[in-house]
Amino acid sequence: MSADRVVLSVGELTAQLRGVVEEKFPAVWVEGEISNFKVYTSGHAYFTLKDADAQLKAVLFRNRVRRIRFEPEDGLHVMAFGSIEVYAQRGEYQLVIELLEPRGVGALQLAFEQLKTRLGAEGLFDQGRKRPLPRFPRKIGIVTSPSGAAIRDMLRVISRRFGELHIVIAPARVQGAGAAEEVAQAIRDLNALGGVDVLIVGRGGGSLEDLWAFNEEVVARAIAASKIPVISAVGHEVDFTIADFVADLRAPTPSAAAELVVREKQALVEGVAELHARLEGAMRRRLERQRERLTATLGRRVLTDPARPLRDLERRVDEARRRLRHAATASLKRAAHRFELATAALRSASPFVRLHGNRQRLQTVNARLTVEIARTLDRARHRLTADAGRLDSLSPLAVLGRGYSLTRTPDGRVVRSAREVAAGDAVRVLLHRGSLDCRVEATREHDDGTQV
Amino acid sequence: MTELKFEDCLTRLEEIVKALEGGNLPLEESLKVFEEGIRLARHCAKYLDAAERRIEILAKDETGALAQKPFAWDAADDEA
Repeated sequence: MSADRVVLSVGELTAQLRGVVEEKFPAVWVEGEISNFKVYTSGHAYFTLKDADAQLKAVLFRNRVRRIRFEPEDGLHVMAFGSIEVYAQRGEYQLVIELLEPRGVGALQLAFEQLKTRLGAEGLFDQGRKRPLPRFPRKIGIVTSPSGAAIRDMLRVISRRFGELHIVIAPARVQGAGAAEEVAQAIRDLNALGGVDVLIVGRGGGSLEDLWAFNEEVVARAIAASKIPVISAVGHEVDFTIADFVADLRAPTPSAAAELVVREKQALVEGVAELHARLEGAMRRRLERQRERLTATLGRRVLTDPARPLRDLERRVDEARRRLRHAATASLKRAAHRFELATAALRSASPFVRLHGNRQRLQTVNARLTVEIARTLDRARHRLTADAGRLDSLSPLAVLGRGYSLTRTPDGRVVRSAREVAAGDAVRVLLHRGSLDCRVEATREHDDGTQV
Repeated sequence: MTELKFEDCLTRLEEIVKALEGGNLPLEESLKVFEEGIRLARHCAKYLDAAERRIEILAKDETGALAQKPFAWDAADDEA
């Protein structure tokens, strides 16, 4: 009976269904595997939750997508919380998701692994990207909370170790919403500041949630882009964050990071002191060796200065030559003087009065005078010969016979010092027999001693 | 002295120490490099001592320009 029939329009039925379903499932947890995950340009994400028996359409609205830390992807087993809504226009119902959590692992853990895999694949953790810490850190940039425990720990270490360092703190909140952005901006600010040698980026210990900013991509990117080498110092020894993987060096704690930087500087100060000590030690040993050698060769003086006997001889030859010239001149002068005296005396006697009587005497005197002069001249000649003989024995030429040689420049100057010639100069070396024309290869002003 | 020069200084000092320790230099040369070495060691030590301890905090003014201001921090206070 058609009058008994209650006929609903599609719209009416759907409205009733909607009422029932939405009233029955305003808040439900449902578990399944994600498939056909797709983010539309609107920012909303649509996918299907499925298990062996059924499928359920699901939607993540834009504002919810942003709150999920891991990346939903096909095949991922998740638990979703939300409400069932009926979409009348298409006769569909779907789960409008409020919360999405990976099944098995925690959401944060999953997000950590996902980002680590992605950045790792990009090469951001490659050892080849790691820069060495500066050998001479003087200006240290620290990115952390100015009111946190980490900054105090670091400053305490630096004060205790007498690190004369210039520290610039770039303040950033290190947990809570927006913390990651602030940390990243602080890293960029310190890079922009200039003159900073090394960065320490970190915070004290806390829960995985507390440390989360250091697991965010924006911080990882800022560290990777930093021109200044970065030391990460997040939490405790056991805490590893994405920042640690990207940083040039991971310090287990903020205090350890400070130790590291101060120690570099301290090592440098000690290194210079050690070099100084080694320098003085080496010089002391060198001088001692020289002194020993000097003592050993002092008894053999001739060997310490081979030119010495030759120089002594030359000096004696010069002296003899001077004395000889003097003696010869004096003898001749004396003889001449006496001759003049005699002649004068001769003249003073009147030639006319005394001529006759004194002729005999004059002749005698004259004869004696002649003899005397001849004898004087003879003596002088004799001495001259004797001196010449001595001169000969003292001549450098005689010394040459004993194996010494004389070195002279082309213009005949005797070379007494290495300083008188230069490398490349021509010299003639006079030997006992013959001579050598030589060219100076090198000059050594200070001879080592025993070697000629 | 700049950092670069400091590095050069240190490298030269290391060379000199090695050469002197080798013991093959003539005496005159030894004295010369020794004097140079002492001079370099003093330079280096002075450079390292010259750095002064300064703790500052970065602040941005209204225009967004970066400025460094002293950071008040009392170690004794903190230890208590």
